[in-house]
Amino acid sequence: MNVLYAIAFLVLAPLLGGLIAGIDRKLTARMQGRVGPPVLQPFYDVGKLLEKEHAIVAISQNFFVLAYLVFIAFSGAIFFAGGDLLLVVFALTLAHVLLVLGAFAATSPYSFIGAERELIQLMAYEPMVVLAAAGFYIATGSFSVSEIAAFPRPLIVLLPGIFVGLFYVLTMKLRKSPFDIATSHHAHQEIVKGVTTEFSGSTLGMVEVAHWYETVFLLGLFWLFFAWSPVIAVIAVAILYLAEIFIDNATARVKWGFALRSIWAVTLVLSALNLFALQFFGGL
Amino acid sequence: MAYMKRSPWIIHYDGSSCNGCDIEVLACLTPLYDVERFGIINTGNPKHADIFVVTGSVNEQNRQVIRNIYDQMPEPKVVAALGICACSGGVFRECYNVEGGMDQVIPVDVYIPGCPVRPEQIIDGVVRALGVLEEKRARMAAGENAEVTA
Ligand code: SF4
Repeated sequence: MNVLYAIAFLVLAPLLGGLIAGIDRKLTARMQGRVGPPVLQPFYDVGKLLEKEHAIVAISQNFFVLAYLVFIAFSGAIFFAGGDLLLVVFALTLAHVLLVLGAFAATSPYSFIGAERELIQLMAYEPMVVLAAAGFYIATGSFSVSEIAAFPRPLIVLLPGIFVGLFYVLTMKLRKSPFDIATSHHAHQEIVKGVTTEFSGSTLGMVEVAHWYETVFLLGLFWLFFAWSPVIAVIAVAILYLAEIFIDNATARVKWGFALRSIWAVTLVLSALNLFALQFFGGL
Repeated sequence: MAYMKRSPWIIHYDGSSCNGCDIEVLACLTPLYDVERFGIINTGNPKHADIFVVTGSVNEQNRQVIRNIYDQMPEPKVVAALGICACSGGVFRECYNVEGGMDQVIPVDVYIPGCPVRPEQIIDGVVRALGVLEEKRARMAAGENAEVTA
């Protein structure tokens, strides 16, 4: 059964993630008063990238990017199979480190800056993700995703601080303003696109598909807070994503220093308060 | 499959244009014309681009740059010369430093004259470029050389 969930994730997540990306682009365009691309545009883009000549700057970058995609898919598969949340978190971190290595593989100033920004981003959100795993453990007594999801009470009530902290970080993970410091959906001509500068053709396509996997996985992570009622969970996750699109369009990108400081401050304070409260009141 | 036509990403380079044409290129990205509805994205990165949109004329300073951008683009790729300057040198043709249109340095697939080109003309030209792009892709898929100018 668990294996089935993992396979379902591997097959369906790119379709769902690409569709979400397409709806995202359409809504973004509407918010900006534009018509916007077709909803299936992300699929056309990746299909196009696969048709392009495979121009390679450094051969090792292909392996790094492929490994990035594999580990993102792996962490999502473990998550949806109900596996260990800590394993998921660490596989995800490894995946992003591989992307950074891929960007460092080509000696280009743009991709170097992009790689450094990706590292800063990793530094900014990683504590929160680990704290979230700890929060789930303290609240439910288990790191196993299937047991957390089967927890009878609404976790959002027990872990409001963790939830808000994770939402703060979600903006960065989804590559949205104001925290899209490492790569963005919009600023194609700017240095923030640095990390993908030296990738082209199918390699760039793999980065896109990995992002679709990650989007679905992240939405799954937020699902856990509402898992006691699937209907509410679907609505909540949809609202969260719409809020992210709105925030993306309503805010400007901040400098990386501010992004790092504010994320650390907000997430550490909120999760520390939440975890202490949980310890003292024993989850009531 | 013909995904190529549905997702043309452009790179825009300003040769020695007077900036008139460049303003019109940017106008295409605004809500009024919104070229993203055709899947067009202004990438700013030759390695991601399919269409090289170039304005202004060729001179001794930029011929290396133009060649370099062109060479970095993966096949299949097309070049659209925007504005009469990029087509032939335009009003600057007789200048001592101007060598002529973009076809002096790289193979141009679509000429879009105008001074400056109107956004409607640009969109029209890019759509024509898509036809060429698709032809090159088909030739590439058949194992032939995409470089052969149509
Ligand atoms: S064609 Fe006209 S508007 Fe365009 S760059 Fe040349 S002089 Fe300027």
